[in-house]
Amino acid sequence: MSSVAQKKGFGATLWDWLTTVDHKKIGILYFLGGGFFFVLGGIEAMMIRWQLHIPNNDFVSAGLFNDLITMHGTTMIFLAAMPILFGFMNAIVPLQIGARDVAFPFINSLGFWMFFFGGLFLNISWLYGEVPDAGWTSYASLSLASQGHGVDFYAIGLQIAGGGTLMAGINFLVTIINMRAPGMTYMRMPLFTWTTFVASAMILFAFPPLTVGLFFLTFDRMFGGNFFNHTMGGNTIIWEHIFWIFGHPEVYILILPAFGIFSEIFSIFSRKRLFGYPSMVFATVLIGFLGFMVWAHHMFTVGLGPTANAIFAVATMAIAVPTGVKIFNWLLTMWGGSIKITTPMLYALGFIPSFVMGGVTGVMQGAAPLDYQLHDSYFIVAHFHYVIVGGVVLAILAATHLYWPKMFGTMLNETLGKVTFWFFFIGFHMTFLIQHWLGFWGMPRRVWTYMDGQGWNLANLISTIGAFMMAIGVIVLVINAIMTSVKNVKVANDPWGDGRTLEWAIESPPIYYNFHATPLVRGLDTVWIEKMEGNESGLTPAEPIKDIHMPNGSIIPLLMSFGLFIAGFGAMFRTEESWGLPVLIFGLLWTFVSMAARSLQDDTGYYIKKDEILRDLKRKGGQN
Amino acid sequence: MDLNKKFTPETWPDHPERATLEAKNKFVGFWLFLGGETILFATLFATYVALKNSGPSGFGFSTQELYELPLVFVMTMLLLTSSLTSVFAMYHLRNYNFKKMQLWLAITAFLGLGFLMLEVYEFSHYVGLGFTYGNSAFSSAFFTLVGTHGFHVAVGLVWVTLLIFRNAKRGLNLYNATKYYTFSLYWHFIDVVWVFIFTVVYLMGVVG
Repeated sequence: MSSVAQKKGFGATLWDWLTTVDHKKIGILYFLGGGFFFVLGGIEAMMIRWQLHIPNNDFVSAGLFNDLITMHGTTMIFLAAMPILFGFMNAIVPLQIGARDVAFPFINSLGFWMFFFGGLFLNISWLYGEVPDAGWTSYASLSLASQGHGVDFYAIGLQIAGGGTLMAGINFLVTIINMRAPGMTYMRMPLFTWTTFVASAMILFAFPPLTVGLFFLTFDRMFGGNFFNHTMGGNTIIWEHIFWIFGHPEVYILILPAFGIFSEIFSIFSRKRLFGYPSMVFATVLIGFLGFMVWAHHMFTVGLGPTANAIFAVATMAIAVPTGVKIFNWLLTMWGGSIKITTPMLYALGFIPSFVMGGVTGVMQGAAPLDYQLHDSYFIVAHFHYVIVGGVVLAILAATHLYWPKMFGTMLNETLGKVTFWFFFIGFHMTFLIQHWLGFWGMPRRVWTYMDGQGWNLANLISTIGAFMMAIGVIVLVINAIMTSVKNVKVANDPWGDGRTLEWAIESPPIYYNFHATPLVRGLDTVWIEKMEGNESGLTPAEPIKDIHMPNGSIIPLLMSFGLFIAGFGAMFRTEESWGLPVLIFGLLWTFVSMAARSLQDDTGYYIKKDEILRDLKRKGGQN
Repeated sequence: MDLNKKFTPETWPDHPERATLEAKNKFVGFWLFLGGETILFATLFATYVALKNSGPSGFGFSTQELYELPLVFVMTMLLLTSSLTSVFAMYHLRNYNFKKMQLWLAITAFLGLGFLMLEVYEFSHYVGLGFTYGNSAFSSAFFTLVGTHGFHVAVGLVWVTLLIFRNAKRGLNLYNATKYYTFSLYWHFIDVVWVFIFTVVYLMGVVG
């Protein structure tokens, strides 16, 4: 492989992307894949809001409405928010720690393809015509009673995608433990790397319960199991426990990287070191730990008893403490800083009040007696959209603008970026603020329509208008992306001018081996330190330029994931079609044979010769 | 990495399983993976404890009557011994004694196979009694917990068999040393899980 730019045919380019193990390309694949599902989930959301904009509407049927809310939630959490965050983690974290790639490039690719085929499997339910309809939480009594194959698509699709997520989590953990550049101690790691680290540890311990829960559901529905069937001695509450033991950490898995992204943004655009860095790290770890201790606050009304409810109520409220620490640290980072209002900074500024509101309503629901009033009302819908959209989605949009030049080598238009922000931000508050009151006024969640004359009409209409404003914001972003990609104005290493961490000291996008020589890290915000000391390049090499070991690309991850995809259909139709069982076995065999092929071929990668690196350097006319 | 590099017991590193960066990554990654597996089994155990002896009205099976400790005791001995033999194999891995390592791994696999055959016998015995997978919540939870462990044993057997045959002709190098070592970690993990199954499922089922 040569680093000299060559014109490649379409087939060669496609093959390159299908077989890539480069973390930067996989980052882009995650970003595009997640973006695709984000649009799908967004269309579902628009249909939900259109159905509810007037009373007694019959835009969609009750059954289709159930499909829509289930698929909207599942898609947005598993197939949009997480993969897009994985995209940024892949693209940025190895650069931030001065590594040439992740620890397991092959598994990185496998993780992506399993997510992709899992998501595809789930969404093929729309084409097949039987869609998951038991809610994104898929509570067992409901999901066992669901007719057709809808919930089967949910169970198997998430199983495949979840496996990919687990691999990605382990990969990031090992990368951050083993692959840091010399001098990059744990307490010098940028906050985005730290939050990725903690979120990955949470994935490692939160996803196995989901795996088990989905297997139980699969066995109950397709293989004659009785875990949740009370007439056979089963217990439907077990699903709720297992789901939330996964599900609550999951929301922290989403929000912690978002916190990391905003920490980077506040620091960059206040042109100041992050205030209280050690306390930020400590708060991140503490949130990660407490995230596992609170799952039963989703189940206050199940009837676990006052003792259990009290313990989980107190644990829930305790999480507000480290989160509060973070909020104050961000405010104090800005205090006395030389603030530049760019698009990412606008998102960061909008994030603070939005997320605080979501946090406050969270503490309200943490009070178990009050939760009995709020449970299953629109107040809940308002709350979790305030934390997920007001936290995670704002972070994703902010990071899209912030890291776009690093990922694609060109800037997004700032004016259009600000237009996107204002449409999205105002639309967001219009949609969800009013839903708190809808909840107080008694509107239950997950109803497909409502009667006239209950005082809900105006509020629902406002909410729908807000939702369409958010959609306009996203459309402007897509136009922005297409426009700037067509113009493709190349940018320098640090297009924002105030980068503090290693990713801003190398090209945009970086060369495929990232660093010509592994950098030496001299402190927190090492590039900033170097620049303050007059080192224009921002980098001090830790070693002389030498041969670099690189992994080979491989098509096997795609083949392995595809085998599971096929096996999923076999499992689903096993009892009703004669081809079911053979297809199930064939799919699993396909995966196993691909895996064995990988194991037997002894792929130990290749070396980039020192001369070639020196040539690259010379062509650029500088160091690094 | 040069796969053809020849070693002697003197030049062979003290910790061949983590002598290169790739090997260190696999070593740490596999430990983390086992951490995730622990949670997976913890979830299965919790479900089993919640559902044990639970079935439809008039349900005729209980742990006291179903389980027979002598058989389970033999299975336990087989698996514990196989863990010991895999330790011997790792001893020879460290000493660069390929032939003896292969021999002890083959013995490990043989003992594991014995365990698995007894488990298949045990399961078919229960099914013969009418205690099928779909018979009750208890049977679903039992077969899923113990069966998942059995599945792990089967995966380990396939793994070690492939390792033994794949490397039979070329001997040890720093690339496959990690593979052998992670297999032994996995095998110990399976053993530890079985100790818990023996205690929680069988002992507490019959005695508790």
